[in-house]
Amino acid sequence: MQKIYNRIEEIKGNVVTVRADGIKYGELAEITSAHGKSLAEVILLYEDKVSLQVFAGGRGVSTGDEVRFLSRPMMVSFSDNLLGRIFNGRGNPRDNGPELTENLIEIGGPSVNPAKRIIPRNMIRTGIPMIDVFNSLVESQKLPIFSISGEPYNELLARIAMQAEVDLIILGGCGLKYDDYLFFKERLEQGGSLSRAIFFVHTASDPVVECLMVPDICLAVAEKFALKGKKVLVLISDMTNFSDAMKEIAITMDQVPSNRGYPGDLYSKLAARYEKAVDFEGQGSITILAVTTMPGDDVTHPVPDNTGYITEGQFYLRNGRIEPFGSLSRLKQLVNGKTRDDHRPLMDGMIKLYASFKETLDKKSMGFRMSDWDEKLLKYGELFEKELMALSVNIPLEKALDKGWEILAACFTPEETGMRTGLTDQYWPKQ
Amino acid sequence: MATTGRVVGVNGNLVTVEFDGNVLLNEVAYVILDEKRLKSEVIRIKGNRAEMQVFEIIKGVGVGDSVEFTGNLLSVVVGPGLLGQIFDGLQNPLPQLAEKCGFFLDRGVYLDPISNETRWIFSPAAKTGDIVVRGQTLGSVPEGIFEHKIMVPFDLYGTYKVRSIVSKGEYNVKQQIAELEDENGDLIPVSMIFQWPVKKAINVYKERMKPVEPLVTQIRIIDTLFPVAAGGTYCIPGPFGAGKTVLQQLTSRYADVDIVIIAACGERAGEVVDTLKEFPELTDPRTGKSLMERTVIICNTSSMPVAAREASVYTGVTIAEYYRQMGLKVLLLADSTSRWAQAMREMSGRLEEIPGEEAFPAYLESVIAAFYERAGIVKNIDGSIGSVTIGGTVSPAGGNFEEPVTQATLKVVGAFHGLSRERSDARRYPAIHPLESWSKYSGSVNVEKAEYARQVLFRSEEVSQMMKVVGEEGTSIDDFINYLKGEFLDSVYLQQNAFDQVDASTTKDRQKYVFDKLLLILLAELKLTHKDEARSYFNQMRQKFLDWNGSHIDSDEFKKGETEIMDMLASKSMESVEEINEKLNSLV
Repeated sequence: MQKIYNRIEEIKGNVVTVRADGIKYGELAEITSAHGKSLAEVILLYEDKVSLQVFAGGRGVSTGDEVRFLSRPMMVSFSDNLLGRIFNGRGNPRDNGPELTENLIEIGGPSVNPAKRIIPRNMIRTGIPMIDVFNSLVESQKLPIFSISGEPYNELLARIAMQAEVDLIILGGCGLKYDDYLFFKERLEQGGSLSRAIFFVHTASDPVVECLMVPDICLAVAEKFALKGKKVLVLISDMTNFSDAMKEIAITMDQVPSNRGYPGDLYSKLAARYEKAVDFEGQGSITILAVTTMPGDDVTHPVPDNTGYITEGQFYLRNGRIEPFGSLSRLKQLVNGKTRDDHRPLMDGMIKLYASFKETLDKKSMGFRMSDWDEKLLKYGELFEKELMALSVNIPLEKALDKGWEILAACFTPEETGMRTGLTDQYWPKQ
Repeated sequence: MATTGRVVGVNGNLVTVEFDGNVLLNEVAYVILDEKRLKSEVIRIKGNRAEMQVFEIIKGVGVGDSVEFTGNLLSVVVGPGLLGQIFDGLQNPLPQLAEKCGFFLDRGVYLDPISNETRWIFSPAAKTGDIVVRGQTLGSVPEGIFEHKIMVPFDLYGTYKVRSIVSKGEYNVKQQIAELEDENGDLIPVSMIFQWPVKKAINVYKERMKPVEPLVTQIRIIDTLFPVAAGGTYCIPGPFGAGKTVLQQLTSRYADVDIVIIAACGERAGEVVDTLKEFPELTDPRTGKSLMERTVIICNTSSMPVAAREASVYTGVTIAEYYRQMGLKVLLLADSTSRWAQAMREMSGRLEEIPGEEAFPAYLESVIAAFYERAGIVKNIDGSIGSVTIGGTVSPAGGNFEEPVTQATLKVVGAFHGLSRERSDARRYPAIHPLESWSKYSGSVNVEKAEYARQVLFRSEEVSQMMKVVGEEGTSIDDFINYLKGEFLDSVYLQQNAFDQVDASTTKDRQKYVFDKLLLILLAELKLTHKDEARSYFNQMRQKFLDWNGSHIDSDEFKKGETEIMDMLASKSMESVEEINEKLNSLV
């Protein structure tokens, strides 16, 4: 039975309140106003007062508008027909294709039993040495890309979308600039990857509540595909917009803010999304890569900070490169022992030397005399940045490892690298 | 008659309930949703309304839904069969849950924490007619490598007379094994299991003692510089990516304790899985059995409902205290206490309490202090000594140790292992900062020797700071050598390779041995005249030492490595090795 109410008591931001009976937490309602219909979700119940967040926003809603409760939570259609399609944050088509209504699934389902999880074991190769060699991406991993506005994070995502060895890409846009949305669409069309992709895009001009739905919809769909044996890669840009949308609703609801206006449950809310990354034994998997822009390049800002504690590492994008410092793939140890036996020591050794290079660079900028050792480091740093760090470098892992040894040999003697003797004996390039 | 109620408000996982009858604070209640019963805890009572946190996803609950109160506080079940188990924050066994529900955690499904199917061989220790008090041993069953004592339930206050006790044989945990008669002549049946409220410390012991004996973790920087004592407390604050969890995992593997309880509280599921899957495969170096047999895992990962997260650290510490009663050395690792504090903050926010610093509730400090105070080394009523050591990680917002949770924790712990971003960026693991960390306990290495090593580090750091200003050319060769000595100490001793089979764990004896050799190098006056010469000398020395660290202590390689290092030292030292040895002995 559907219940219809005609009296809205309170309208505040994107939240409206009505008096109604028998309503469940999380239930959907449809509000019909002069500007059209919009969905709304129940976010607070107190006695007979029901507060709902209106997807299309509170603007243009009148106190006399009709509120019809649907007796079901938010759902999205799931089938193979989703492939190659583009939807908005409500799950309605953004391309000119037909609306999908069959096989509706609930979003925001329960979390996976940790006892059913398995240790991740497969590397996802991307052809980007800073990822493959230094911070390997692992199937079922969740990783954010920390970046400031203006960095080419969407380009990086698009490149990973085209090159990553997975079955299916789901791209979620949260507050995406319209241009960026078109950019993704064009790149994937040109690269021929659109047919294995599904877009759920909320652009910056869409109502803010819809932004909140995007990660849940993407992940609910991803979960179903993963349970059907598909390796799914979910790309989201950008989670800071998602968090800001949450902040907006929380403030409207008079919640006590915890840190810079963000609600106290920011961590739990982000975690509930990121933790959907999983490898179902005997089935498929979900891997999540999400852009998190850092306002003011400040990693201690609540959004990147909370994210860092949830995800299994992070990529820092700075000056158009994935920075070796700070960037970390926590799961890399699970896969980089199986590639080549020099992978781990080379990775650590090169980073330690690069750290020394950075110190030398500081000394140099202060005008100190450069020792022989400093000169060697300077040469090393330059080669490393040019031949391995640049995002334009596109080589498979093994080639990148060989390249690493070449760079070391061009600058140092084996014992200067701080690596064990057995290893340098084996891999040090012979003249 | 049990109290009942109905839901009148829903705000996130906080529900307001109107009830009739009496309600306890922290009482467990169930919200009835169709066929399902959602476990909740009463956290505030006002008039005939109670506010409860629901431990499950709240979706679908509406005003008018009925609520059943149980009259019991949130409790855990203790008894034989806890070891080797994997529970969620409310002591639901996760593997059994997976068998029943598949991949996902269905809400409202609660299973017995301790299976009644296992049969235990019970040997009675008490006789009919004995006078017993709570915590006294009635008998025992073998649980893995331990003798699990079956005790008089801790909530039976007063004295009792044993009216009957079963003879030696196999029993299930729920079967009656004894009958006790209280002062009024009432009979109380006792089985092998009983319940204890999680938020109440188990205090069934003769006396609490001062923690002095070091707890060896086999992590060199901890045991040598910042030791932990059995029955003590320590905390590991650090920004994300600094290696808190890896450090906890290493400790759980190598620490010299009987039982490890891992409370994964609001952290990544993936990390728990590492432990879940690896521990059964790993052998405990002391017993030769699987590590899992001495481990209990409480796993409430970040995506699981927030209220249960708050309960999970208490569930962990209660189980730890229970095993302490048997005279065992228990280590509780809580990762991370910040998530637990955040869970408190979330609930406090929903209750619209006046927020304290960074919106944490005002009672944050007292709650944290009360939790760490549950650690301790005690003499039990049978004279055995048991201990609970608590190691908690803290995940400070922005890596800033000034934040409330870190500060509240530092006040109550005995050792502080502060992880630093600079060290982890430079891949100097474990990233415990050697100059900022501290410990109030004494360790396995002589205190004066450890102090000397710290002095070397201090001097090295001073020179390093000075060099940033005056440059390498403005630094004297003596200072420069001091700088290199500190760097050397750091890279060959304080840093430890967790992924190297040998280097990952260093026994107490090896630490003492290697540390003495290392001190010889630090104490020596070296004939090095040029900075490049000095740098290359220490580079080579480092190389040799690292190779040495990677060799088994009883191998020829180890002896060979030592000889090479000592030869290299002698070749540049102004004194003979014997003379430096004397200097070393005069330190003590």
